[in-house]
Amino acid sequence: MSAQLLSVRDVSLAFRGIKALTNLSFDVTEGEICSLIGPNGAGKSSLLNVINGVYRASSGEIAFDGRTFQKLRPIDAARLGIGRTFQNNALFKRLTVLDNVLAGLSRKSTATLLENALGLPRSVAEARLFRDHAEQAIAFLEIEAWRDAVVGQLPYGLQKRVELARALVGEPRLLLLDEPMAGMNHDEKAEISRFILDINSELGTTIVLIEHDIGVVMGLSDHVVVLDYGRKVGDGPPDEVRANPDVIAAYLGTTH
Amino acid sequence: MSLAQADLAATGLSAAPDEVLRPAPTSVLPRALGAIGIAALYGLAFLPNDYWFNAILIPFLIMALAGLGLNLLTGYAGLASLGSGAFMSVGAFATYNLLLRAPALPLAASLILGGGFAAAAGVLFGLPSLRIKGFYLAAATLAAQFFLPWLFNQYGWFSNYTTSGSISAPRLVAFGRDLSHPAGRYLLTLTAVVLLTALARNIVRSQTGRNWMAIRDMETAAAVGGIPVGFNKLAAFAVSSFILGIAGALWAFAYLGTVDASSFDLNRSFTILFIIIIGGMGSIAGAFIGSAFVILLPILISHLAESAFGGAVDAGQLQNLEKILFGSLIVILLIKEPHGLTALAAKFRTRLRQWPLKV
Repeated sequence: MSAQLLSVRDVSLAFRGIKALTNLSFDVTEGEICSLIGPNGAGKSSLLNVINGVYRASSGEIAFDGRTFQKLRPIDAARLGIGRTFQNNALFKRLTVLDNVLAGLSRKSTATLLENALGLPRSVAEARLFRDHAEQAIAFLEIEAWRDAVVGQLPYGLQKRVELARALVGEPRLLLLDEPMAGMNHDEKAEISRFILDINSELGTTIVLIEHDIGVVMGLSDHVVVLDYGRKVGDGPPDEVRANPDVIAAYLGTTH
Repeated sequence: MSLAQADLAATGLSAAPDEVLRPAPTSVLPRALGAIGIAALYGLAFLPNDYWFNAILIPFLIMALAGLGLNLLTGYAGLASLGSGAFMSVGAFATYNLLLRAPALPLAASLILGGGFAAAAGVLFGLPSLRIKGFYLAAATLAAQFFLPWLFNQYGWFSNYTTSGSISAPRLVAFGRDLSHPAGRYLLTLTAVVLLTALARNIVRSQTGRNWMAIRDMETAAAVGGIPVGFNKLAAFAVSSFILGIAGALWAFAYLGTVDASSFDLNRSFTILFIIIIGGMGSIAGAFIGSAFVILLPILISHLAESAFGGAVDAGQLQNLEKILFGSLIVILLIKEPHGLTALAAKFRTRLRQWPLKV
């Protein structure tokens, strides 16, 4: 049987009394693609921010790979193997595509500042190894042609792929994708969907993603969690969730 | 399956040829130009004219070094500082006291240790950067700028209880050679600058440099990506202040010939900031271009005025003219080209390359 890689247990999050998440619990099985859906303001991004330590939950806990955490710093989440992309691209905009991807390897860096400053063998060897890893991630996302372009000047769709490459290069066990297809046309969405499926099937990376396009969500996901006003209103396989009256209510606004 | 294996499987290759994955070797031309440049600078040591050393080359190199130090902090790591002068003063006073109280120590060791003291001061006064950034951080580093030179003035121990306040630098000797003459001081400065520039270049091209630039461009994403943000900020303060400290020691020993806290005042910090604004933030060459500008422009103006008006304009007027020129230049650069003359040159190069095809 497959293990729970991530468990969100009774998590609440409040900003100065405004509740963003209320007693939220769900599990993500190792190797699955789990989608978080819900209307704007439902707390989806906040939830990702809690999972990788950008926000601290007011109560509740997160279990990752058998270890339980009440509070987690972003760097600890990264070291545990939780990768992340952001809703509004958070690239290092003055760096090239290659440097952005290389920056994603920092958590694996062992060369010290002094070794880097003096150009000692360990620093040189690490640079060579990192370069190979980065080239592989760049090839995986098919962005070789833009390797040396400064990311700030690239179109939005490509930036999304660079961000994906940067998150992927650190070989995360869990990848959190915040609206990886926002603002894209049908073809671009299909392309990103293909990358997400490839990452999941070829690398075995567990994925939690936020997406608004229900068609895409139903096609990609093994598991869908529906949020509304910070509460979970649906949780299960795509077909089951689609038939859930609470979910329909959240989306269409009917009272019942 | 690892990324590497999956990728190979996806491409259907059993093993990718090494050349494909290896970085393209950096073009030979810049390296050759660099080597020729350094050789030419060493060749200048044979200049017969002391004026060149004392008024142009030595101050140019030292201020370029100081600019390099601040550029690592501000241009690469994105941390604003107005404490450059203070960190220079720490290096100068620490090296002075080491030369005075530990005469057995070779000159190079005293300089490096002096830089070490400056690095420690940098880390201490860089602690606010863990909480605040931008303008507020710059204001916090003013604490260093006001406190440290005051400390060195206030307590006689630092200046070995000289009554005048400014103290003459000890004799400079390295490898049994006296470096007190202008060419010797030039060679000392040049060697320090070459070595520290190589160090800075290694750092900015390494994972450390990439971490700094990542924090500069998007701090949250850097932290989420696994970059230790706090450690890297303090490391940037340490390396930057180390280089500034050595620049300060050289300013005292190789340029002024005295150790004087008042030569490391807020104006010094501003001059260094102007150097990197004019030369280019986040560029090693920028520090040198900016320094050449700041050191050479006043000399050029005074020579031009001399030949045009033949002493009819007084020196005070010229200094005002200089300030007006600098001020306007900085305003224009900040509006038109925030990345300085280096970026301007790069744009010009690109345009030249595309010229017949695209104007």
